[in-house]
Amino acid sequence: MLATLSLSHYLILSAILFAISIVGIFLNRKNLIVLLMAIELMLLSVNMNFVAFSHYLNDLAGQLMVFFILTVAAAEAGIGLAILVVLFRSLSSIHVDDLDSLKG
Amino acid sequence: MEFKTFVFYVLAAIMLFGALRVISARNPVHAALFLVLTFFSAAGLWLLLQAEFLAIVLIMVYVGAVMVLFLFVVMMLDIDIARLRHRFWSYLPLGAMIGLLMVAEMALVLGGKYFGAAALPGQDMPAGYSNTKELGRLLFTEYVYPFELASVVLLVGIVAAIMLTLRQRKDSKYQKVSEQLAVKRHERVRLVKMAAEKDAPATGESAAEQGGQ
Repeated sequence: MLATLSLSHYLILSAILFAISIVGIFLNRKNLIVLLMAIELMLLSVNMNFVAFSHYLNDLAGQLMVFFILTVAAAEAGIGLAILVVLFRSLSSIHVDDLDSLKG
Repeated sequence: MEFKTFVFYVLAAIMLFGALRVISARNPVHAALFLVLTFFSAAGLWLLLQAEFLAIVLIMVYVGAVMVLFLFVVMMLDIDIARLRHRFWSYLPLGAMIGLLMVAEMALVLGGKYFGAAALPGQDMPAGYSNTKELGRLLFTEYVYPFELASVVLLVGIVAAIMLTLRQRKDSKYQKVSEQLAVKRHERVRLVKMAAEKDAPATGESAAEQGGQ
């Protein structure tokens, strides 16, 4: 079962990658920049699912979806880092615990 | 074991190692560099799945652009790592439990024979088949509307990122172009009648001698 490559291999691999990024969000809950990196990892695992299904079902729509996800992820990373820079300018820190000015 | 399977396991191991180091690295610069490694191995895996165009796009867009952006920002910020790492491992038991549970669930569903994932044969394309050409054909016919929408999303992203980071300093000097263009001659130039301060210049001969020396 393990010797020949099948769809399950890729799906389980991306499930492991997704779980690793979930653990990363738990561990780095105070560090905004590593949180962003963990989100990128999650998107990568989702994309890998799409590509694997696209290959094994012989349907190119999955790969096109990955193309669009990459576009949106690039925009998200750009805006996220811009927000991070603005945050650092006003707070001089990216510690999540410092972001409580809306708390009242 | 087939060579393809061997390559899969090697790339998967490197990718998971990179991902683990991303979430556990002490220095955010190291985390960004390990994220590059992760994306690179993922591109290799996509090549195994015969998605050549997306593999190259992943390397060009992610490793080439997004990760460089990440590195820029990480190096620009002066981060107090010790405070960010305070009680870093305290959430590990909960996080690891949830992660392992998710993997176990997915493995139960996907690994068993009832899902039938192993029965699907890989679609090997004939030589001369161009993945890029097929994607392009689909992208510009059936999916042209989402394609245009994606370009709008990117445009909004550019405008948002620039507007967020744009900062007007109070002491910076800048031009007011409309006032510059609206200016009249009499506001800038004033002709004054006055007597000559010096004598008239020397005659032509002496000037030529001085020039020759």
